[in-house]
Amino acid sequence: MTTVARPPQELGAPTSLLDALESEGIHIIREVVAELERPVMLFSGGKDSVVMLHLAVKAFWPAPVPFPVLHVDTGHNFPEVLEFRDRTVERLGVELKVARVQDYLDDGRLEERADGTRNPLQTLPLLDGIEDGRHDAVFGGGRRDEDKARAKERVVSLRNSFGHWDPKNQRPELWHLYNTRHRPGEHVRVFPLSNWTELDVWRYIAREGIELPSLYYAHEREVVERDGMLLSPGEIVPLREGEATSVRTVRYRTVGDVSCTGAVPSEARDVEAVLAEVAATTVSERGATRADDRISEAAMEDRKKEGYF
Amino acid sequence: MSTASLLLDPTGSAEGGSGPTLLRIATAGSVDDGKSTLIGRLLHDTKSVLADQLASVEAASRQRGWKGELADLALLTDGLRAEREQGITIDVAYRYFATATRSYVLADTPGHVQYTRNTVTGASTADVVTVLVDARNGVVEQTRRHLAIAGLLRVPHLVVALNKIDLVENPQQVHEEVVSQLEEIARTLSIADLRVVPVSALHGDNVVTPSEKTPWYTGPTLLDLLESFPGGQDLREGPFRLPVQLVIRPQQGAVDPAHVDYRGYAGLITSGSIAVGDEVGVAGSGRRTRVVGIDRGPESVDRAEAGIAVTLRLADDLDASRGDLIAGGDLPVTAESTTAVLCWLAEKPLVPGARVLVKHGTSTVQARVTALLEKLDIAALERVPAEQGELNDLVRVELAFAQPLPLEPYGASREGGSFIVIDPQSGTTLAAGMVGAELRA
Repeated sequence: MTTVARPPQELGAPTSLLDALESEGIHIIREVVAELERPVMLFSGGKDSVVMLHLAVKAFWPAPVPFPVLHVDTGHNFPEVLEFRDRTVERLGVELKVARVQDYLDDGRLEERADGTRNPLQTLPLLDGIEDGRHDAVFGGGRRDEDKARAKERVVSLRNSFGHWDPKNQRPELWHLYNTRHRPGEHVRVFPLSNWTELDVWRYIAREGIELPSLYYAHEREVVERDGMLLSPGEIVPLREGEATSVRTVRYRTVGDVSCTGAVPSEARDVEAVLAEVAATTVSERGATRADDRISEAAMEDRKKEGYF
Repeated sequence: MSTASLLLDPTGSAEGGSGPTLLRIATAGSVDDGKSTLIGRLLHDTKSVLADQLASVEAASRQRGWKGELADLALLTDGLRAEREQGITIDVAYRYFATATRSYVLADTPGHVQYTRNTVTGASTADVVTVLVDARNGVVEQTRRHLAIAGLLRVPHLVVALNKIDLVENPQQVHEEVVSQLEEIARTLSIADLRVVPVSALHGDNVVTPSEKTPWYTGPTLLDLLESFPGGQDLREGPFRLPVQLVIRPQQGAVDPAHVDYRGYAGLITSGSIAVGDEVGVAGSGRRTRVVGIDRGPESVDRAEAGIAVTLRLADDLDASRGDLIAGGDLPVTAESTTAVLCWLAEKPLVPGARVLVKHGTSTVQARVTALLEKLDIAALERVPAEQGELNDLVRVELAFAQPLPLEPYGASREGGSFIVIDPQSGTTLAAGMVGAELRA
């Protein structure tokens, strides 16, 4: 996460949208750190969490990031992403906590789903991770443009002692005066990137020269086409009878559980090319790449109510 | 005057005008006036709906027995299960779209009186509030309530979308009657900029495309009107203000040992601008010093302006900490009491003597409601005596604070004059407060 040097702002030039979004995110992160005792930031190595951590570094520089990061590990990871995760926290000197879905499957607290997808299984390890760390604030990289339920989310959003979200009874959120008050056992989820769109995230990555896991850029990969999605076959996605693989030039728009995150055909090998591609897209990020969000029109809302990110 | 769109307002009014500007819109209006449909229509007709989203809405519309053209566009924003089941909007939905001219954030807010807190949420950061009026019903109590709220919040531009204009027999006459009613309301509530556009959200008339069915209307379409508004007020023109969020002092924990003696005041510039060498002080203390550095993360800049998060390094230690206001020019005075208008957002009634918390800037202090002065009768738009405040009441009160606050009149600064009232027990946000505001002209 290196900052590319820029000349000082010209007098009279209007504040750009990216400067405004960056400042909003930094303001939110600082408010929460000032008002709460034990924040934690979710960090998966995905682009939104990478941008969010970049904002946190800027918010407190030259002091270190004053909270740990938490990765809820499905066990269904892309190896490039895990390697990137570890290298990033090492470089920044940030403490990494990992809550493993695999541990819960091994001792029977969770069961593998019939469809093999582990995204919905992340909720319990996440809630336990929050409780074990006695965290009263959890930063997430969710954006309102991702999904209809996320579009309803406050920037600072209260969760009850079960980690549940009550979308019908949210606090008013006025001006930029964030209310972080909560009772013992409750916590707040905080979304510094609420008002960013996918395009804003990519523009910011380009402007700041932020490094991402390599699979966000076009590369040759062996894929199998299933339900209209290009999945990466292997141990986690075994080939079914009659399926054949092919080598395609693809990239990922989101990274998550390997079993339900699809690649998209793309020739965009660098950030400029990705920007051009995202600006011209006609399909949403989740629609293109996430099988789990296609289940029903309320799939995300139901997961969120239960305590999902 | 500042606008609440501070953080997302790229202040495109400045010379040069490079980069996209942004306009924040909130919709309001009564139940079933068609707010979500109107937003759906705006998104659809500006080609902002992605293919898979439209397919999903079309499928959901068919499933619900939709017989009209296209699809039930309200489903684009009614994102909660309960909303789709009941066909109403419960909470604010934020949507993002862009035209060739600028980017938009749309806050679709509920019409039901019981969800007014969510309408206030959407309006508090808006540059424009679009109030829908059903042409068959004309101006109703919710119209007056939402206009009163938007007026009090000093939203810079108000637009009434006179919807379902295709469903009345004498549309031109209805339009004229509503315009004359609204003129009276605007005078009463001191609303400076109020426009009316006759539309059909369902069919798209005058939303993005001019309608052939309203030849008597020669004004702009709703989108043309939105495109013509400047993107909020330029906050850089005001005096320099920076509420301190944190003091950054890494000491031995510094990322780089060169910074063990670093001390910086971190915060968001809420108005004006600042340059290295400028004199600043702390409101309420009179201490003054000079700015020796402005940091944005590891990058140092020569100057910064409203809307930017910075860390200031100062020549002398000002003993400032979270809650203090660093200011340029004449330092704002601090006050231990004030009058204010509260928009009461809780079921729990507002009573004289109530002990509350007030969050203003980065400061949270204990406070007491020392008197209820009057409230606004929404139906008559008259001031009436207030014995207690109920949910959604607009009440003028006197407040006393346990520690003095650098308050500025809301009319002069949306940033320096706004506060929230918090319940010390439950932590719930009870009210939106505006320093020194009046209920009506």
